[in-house]
Amino acid sequence: MSTVVQPVPRSFGRTIGRRFRDWLPALVVFVLVLVAWQGLVEVFNIRQFLLPKPTAILGALRDNRSDLWSAGIVTFKEALGGFAMGSTAAILVALVLARWRRVGGAIMPYAIAANAVPIIAFAPITNNWFGLLNPMSKMVIAAVLCFFPVFVNTLRGLTSVEPASIELMRSYAAGEIETFRRVRIPNALPFIFTGLKVASVLAMIGAVVGEYFGGPLDALGVVIQNNVALFDFPLAWAGIIVASAFGIAFYAAVAVAEHFLTGWQPAADSRSD
Amino acid sequence: MSAPPAAVSLAGVGKTFGKGAVRALEDIDLAIAPGEFVSLIGPSGCGKSTLLRIVGDLIQPSVGDVIVNGKPAHRARLDHDYGIVFQSAVLYDWRTVTKNISLPLELLGWSRGRRNERVREMVELVELSGFESHHPWQLSGGMQQRVSIARALSFDPALLLMDEPFGALDEMTRERLNMELLRIWERSGSTIVFVTHSIPEAVFLSTRVVVMSPRPGRIAGIVEVDLPQPRGAETREQPRFFELVTEVRERLAGSGAATAPTEPALVTEERV
Repeated sequence: MSTVVQPVPRSFGRTIGRRFRDWLPALVVFVLVLVAWQGLVEVFNIRQFLLPKPTAILGALRDNRSDLWSAGIVTFKEALGGFAMGSTAAILVALVLARWRRVGGAIMPYAIAANAVPIIAFAPITNNWFGLLNPMSKMVIAAVLCFFPVFVNTLRGLTSVEPASIELMRSYAAGEIETFRRVRIPNALPFIFTGLKVASVLAMIGAVVGEYFGGPLDALGVVIQNNVALFDFPLAWAGIIVASAFGIAFYAAVAVAEHFLTGWQPAADSRSD
Repeated sequence: MSAPPAAVSLAGVGKTFGKGAVRALEDIDLAIAPGEFVSLIGPSGCGKSTLLRIVGDLIQPSVGDVIVNGKPAHRARLDHDYGIVFQSAVLYDWRTVTKNISLPLELLGWSRGRRNERVREMVELVELSGFESHHPWQLSGGMQQRVSIARALSFDPALLLMDEPFGALDEMTRERLNMELLRIWERSGSTIVFVTHSIPEAVFLSTRVVVMSPRPGRIAGIVEVDLPQPRGAETREQPRFFELVTEVRERLAGSGAATAPTEPALVTEERV
């Protein structure tokens, strides 16, 4: 019995501790970059519209935190809505294509071709469709961006099942629904989360870029663009930082959900992603 | 041999793949009595795994009849008459040992209480107590295969089909699991059809060894294994064990040549 691999202990405190050790080098690099940035801007007297000082950006961030926060929430809601719509549609379509492979053969070429379309270019058009101020006009862009990565990964997860697994279910006289429920979908779960993590970042990008083509004044993309027009570059940069923070937080939330839903995976918390 | 109602009865079974291009199996006639332990042995490509899958209704024969427990194989599969163990354990990583074993019970709609009780029995039977909440990837290959056997036996299938279950294991683990399998077979009383590459394994486990020849796969001969039951480590040291190993080996060697099956008469005798 000595050949048994002991289970990875899942103590949360220990995980945090190890995470901190893992992240320490990255943290050091982050601080060094900020210091170098500040130093370069000061020494070479770089103009603010090219690159503001980190301290100026932090100042703008502090002075406008409540406006930026509420703008971030407006944009994040659009991103979240688009993420939900795009991912749900992607998973449903992947389920259909995994069940009826022939349909998949007919549709796949178009799905791949559609992925090559620069979706962002449609932003002005969705603004026309739904109206500038309607959050749906941004959600649709985010949804379309989210669709492909979730779709491709889900389909791969649903179809990359050991043939013997399917034979086993057949030997139990299990039907298609049971086979999906107990084999294909659990098997696809880690793949789905890979897609969702990519999609979470794309959703935020889609929403912000959609807002660049017009949107409510209290949305992050509009705030960034207006402040560039007003030459308030530190505030524009602060807006970009808020957008990034929401994107990172969204990604992290999906990663936490992944940790809890696919915790059965071998060494799930030692992967570096 | 007397003729009790057969657990498995194959009559004129043949299988061709690719519109007749590849003849995988031809003229297979075989009857297996309830409680028998029958091994199918032969070189790679002799169609023994295909034959096992035909018995299990996972592949349809091109010709011939497959009757299991007095009904067509398809009906038998729908009635959950089969427990199957593959060369790889085919366990689900997202399920613990307990949940893997209870999978077929869930599909059969057993209540939670009944499932738990049965899983406890099975875990004891395959000696995995203490590992109930482990995930498959935390177990050694031998332990994984024991989970797979427990799962196959959990719902008391009339017929246990095993496709080289110990083929990927080291020799020592294989011999230990051979002993365990015999003990389980004696206790459960199920009928076992066992595909293997290993001559000593076939002789040690079986009541009969079916020797198959390749291209197309046919039954080249059947060796009755008259070693006394119950068998143990000392069985492998008996002169009779070596005689039987030699007999199977000679049949295999004789069947390797591209000639007709050596003893078709022996095969037809086995029909019920």
